[in-house]
Amino acid sequence: MAGLALENDEIAKRAAMMQRFGRGEARFRILCLASALLVVAIFLGVVFALVEGAWPAIKAFGLPFLWTEKWNPVTEKFGGLAAIYGTLVTSLVAMLIAVPMGIGIAVFLTEICPNALKRPISIAIELLAGIPSIIYGIWGLFILAPFLQTTVQPWLIETFADVPVFSTLFEGPPYGIGMFTASLILSIMILPFISSVTRDVFETVPPMLKEAAYGLGCTTWEVVWNVVLPYTRSGVVGGAMLALGRALGETMAVTFVIGNAHRISASLLAPGTTISASIANEFAEALGDLYVPALIELGLILFLITFLVLAAAQLMLRRLEKSGGQR
Amino acid sequence: MNGTLYARRRMTARIFLAFSTAAAVIGLIWLGLILFTLISKGLGGLSPTLFTESTKPPGSAGGVLNAIVGSLIMSSMAVFVGTPIGIMAGTYLAEYGGQSRLTATIRFFNDILLSTPSILIGLFIYEIIVLTMGHFSALAGAAALTVIVIPVVVRTTDNMLLLVPHALREAGIALGAPISTIIRSVTWRAARAGIVTGVLLAVARISGETAPLLFTAFGNQFWSTNIVAPMASLPQVIYNYANSAYEDWHQLAWASALLITVAVLTLSIVARLLEPKRH
Repeated sequence: MAGLALENDEIAKRAAMMQRFGRGEARFRILCLASALLVVAIFLGVVFALVEGAWPAIKAFGLPFLWTEKWNPVTEKFGGLAAIYGTLVTSLVAMLIAVPMGIGIAVFLTEICPNALKRPISIAIELLAGIPSIIYGIWGLFILAPFLQTTVQPWLIETFADVPVFSTLFEGPPYGIGMFTASLILSIMILPFISSVTRDVFETVPPMLKEAAYGLGCTTWEVVWNVVLPYTRSGVVGGAMLALGRALGETMAVTFVIGNAHRISASLLAPGTTISASIANEFAEALGDLYVPALIELGLILFLITFLVLAAAQLMLRRLEKSGGQR
Repeated sequence: MNGTLYARRRMTARIFLAFSTAAAVIGLIWLGLILFTLISKGLGGLSPTLFTESTKPPGSAGGVLNAIVGSLIMSSMAVFVGTPIGIMAGTYLAEYGGQSRLTATIRFFNDILLSTPSILIGLFIYEIIVLTMGHFSALAGAAALTVIVIPVVVRTTDNMLLLVPHALREAGIALGAPISTIIRSVTWRAARAGIVTGVLLAVARISGETAPLLFTAFGNQFWSTNIVAPMASLPQVIYNYANSAYEDWHQLAWASALLITVAVLTLSIVARLLEPKRH
């Protein structure tokens, strides 16, 4: 009888302990879930804050905001076209430079580089990604822009003076600062993103496939072009889109070297502006009822563009992950 | 005919290889050039007053002490708030989430937030904190940095926990331990190095951030540790000084740039050394 009572006691204690565990268990789980939901809440908060802040400008200017070039803080007439154009063009030119170079670096690291140098070189290239954008800005302003102004830009103007299309792209006085310099800085900044993602996906190619191609007598170029790139296409495109997302929203480096002029010029050497550079340059000094909302509306447009690009990048990379798992 | 085709193929391959090598060399040259400029221009500005004086008007010997302290205050606030939230959220995704739709959705939004332009984070905080308080403050700056820290930590915690072998968790379950206990004393411990890496990367990322601070912390010429007042930060001093017309301010900007770069690169190298090898 005494033994049984003791057992009952034990059971009761045990039950109490389990209950305590259970409560802590639920609390911990809810805390984790709440933190995870906070991420979504922040995202929705960003969307909501941007829409709310931009609302007066959206109401005042409507859709024509998207295709009006005029940006006049004095008369409070605002149009976002020049900034949108500058954002898209600088990012596009940066991609034209950085994508082939990034893929080239990945090929170098996976196919050419001696094993002993692989790690140091890839770490060095990735350090480029770690350098804060303000550093690229100050370097671009004091070193790269004067260098381009005195050497590269006069050469571009002279060389392409008689070539159609290019003569328009490289026209006018060499200012140093401008869209071209901004694109070049952007291309340096996104290069490590493209090369590291590309190298990672290149390494997922089964060696057997490559060896089979080499065995057929393919050259390195033919192996990369016909085997490696088709196998890794969605990964390479996904990596490039991630880099594009970064280039579109890059602020400090561009602000230093773009010249901050709200106008559209056919020449890449002319000063221009981007969405992020306009916000960084003008926001703190913006006065009036519509100036700040117009800048926030630009921000909202930038958010929508980067969202689309990044979402597409996610889908591409996910697809690669899935198919990689099945193979 | 075959001979010329072969020659052409070899030529293409050679050009391609030369291009790839050149791309790698150019990448390294960029890094070398940037580091070289920082050292040659920044070393000249490194002096004791840099660390003992606050920012002064041009012409008088000043330092950036207030900016260094401001950066440290705002970054540590962001890390102290952002790290626990990020780790808990990452834990939910990796340990509780499974394959559910909700998990996939949260991961998607987190990845987008991770790459959202930081200036837009600044606008967000401006709207919800600066406008509510009515003035710029270090608190708003720290909040903006927190929003940048969280997705970085979520992402690495999630990834690192997924690398922990299932057998470890199963061993815990077989002992009758509750899930939360297993997470705290088995999986977190197994993934500790990776999670620390994530936090270090987040610190490296925010210590160079300028754009989100422009209209949240705003900057302050004077010594201030008041978190509800505007506060100076190192990146913002670089921004303001580099855009000024004074030679001695440029000098200070370069010295500050060298400080930040050394700090950030050291952090990323330490993080890389700590990072566990995959597979």
